[in-house]
Amino acid sequence: MCWLFNSSIGKKVIMSVSGIVLVLFLLFHVSMNVTAVFSEDAYNAICALLGANWYAVVATIGLGAIIAVHFIYASMLTLQNRKARGNDRYAVSSRPKHVTWASQNMFVLGILVIGFLLLHFAQFWYKMMFSEIIGHHEVQLGGSMVSPQAGAEFIKYYFSQTWIVIAYLIWYVALWFHLSHGFWSAFQTIGWNNTIWFNRWKAVGQIMATAICLGFAFVTIYFYVKSFCNGSCCGI
Amino acid sequence: MEKVININLKIWRQKGPKAKGNFETYKLNGISGDTSFLEMLDILNEKLINEGQEPIVFDHDCREGICGMCSLYINGHPHGPDEDITTCQLHMRKFKDGETITIEPWRSAGFPVIRDLMVDRQAFDKIIQAGGYVSVNTGGVPDANAIPIPKAKADEAMDAASCIGCGACVAACKNGSAMLFVSAKVSQLALLPQGRIEAARRAKAMVAKMDELGFGNCTNTMACEQECPKNISISNIARMNREFISAKMND
Repeated sequence: MCWLFNSSIGKKVIMSVSGIVLVLFLLFHVSMNVTAVFSEDAYNAICALLGANWYAVVATIGLGAIIAVHFIYASMLTLQNRKARGNDRYAVSSRPKHVTWASQNMFVLGILVIGFLLLHFAQFWYKMMFSEIIGHHEVQLGGSMVSPQAGAEFIKYYFSQTWIVIAYLIWYVALWFHLSHGFWSAFQTIGWNNTIWFNRWKAVGQIMATAICLGFAFVTIYFYVKSFCNGSCCGI
Repeated sequence: MEKVININLKIWRQKGPKAKGNFETYKLNGISGDTSFLEMLDILNEKLINEGQEPIVFDHDCREGICGMCSLYINGHPHGPDEDITTCQLHMRKFKDGETITIEPWRSAGFPVIRDLMVDRQAFDKIIQAGGYVSVNTGGVPDANAIPIPKAKADEAMDAASCIGCGACVAACKNGSAMLFVSAKVSQLALLPQGRIEAARRAKAMVAKMDELGFGNCTNTMACEQECPKNISISNIARMNREFISAKMND
């Protein structure tokens, strides 16, 4: 199995497989979030179901490890690639048509995604799962104390603040660009591609990236708008 | 009416592999649109020699787009702004009167500059030597039609085989990756029954040599396919990944 760590293709297989697992996680996460729009109780039930239960903790550690692997290998490959490019840069360079901007900036986009992830962890994970792990049954959220399992309270609190909403929307856009290239690229790297499947994977990737990011954005904007009405207007 | 243009040239000059290079500018007047790009450089070199200056060193051989010897990164594109041709097939009618044309060598750690616009592409030969062949035992020549090959496979193999090994893919790639070249050379043989016998060993040996020579890792930007003078498809890269991964899995 050392080919996975020694060869260029092996290292990219690690990137592909970890990336696809993270996409699957995003699909789960967005489905969970959209639930909050339809029923806050249902969302809280999901939060309680996950909470600090052993399976959720194991899955979180697994996800953290996969994100770390994805990031570490991205850094290694990017450093190698810069070295392979040589010290002299082109004086005139151009992006040929059909070469997407995202495909040439995956590392920068990845850093953006991870940067906002830290903010997201500080706001949600640290006060929810982490608080529960260290044994707190109430956490400070704004001016009030809430249960770490009251997910809907967290959503309402954070997504009523304009700067947080803007930050999250920027995050989703960066994520969209990252996924729009990353998804089909993962299948290309594993070798599950040819001239026919090329367009299919690309289409599936675009639809999936759009669905994930629109889903997240929908929940964010929904609760932002709702925060103005205090639940009393427009029937929401 | 024949197009005649005056041009400014910004050309990379570098005395040797270790020397520090820089751009020099030259003016050329009265260049006919029917002049090929390399003929234009010949005219410039003639002028430089007559003035007692060092001519510009650049690679070229067949001048009909089949040998893969000509290179040149012209105005931000390997083989110039025109599509699906090599530099030797590029003509001056593609440029405007008064235009400044920037000419650079292929820039990649795998292709060190020898002098001016000439780079060392022996790395490609080393990759081929590592496994880009079929072993043929001596004996009588077998009949060409003894082994049936489906037309679609034969066509795909032929498309892959149209790679002339010029290195434009490496020059175009932001990662200095040679995956398009190596995958074309793996594919042209992997698709045919004669090449299948050694397919696993070939994929492993060629990829290992490619990595060893310091070429970068493919990130599927597709710049190689877009700039390739022979339109080699990145589906070859997927095929090579498949060949390599399954060869390693079967070890």
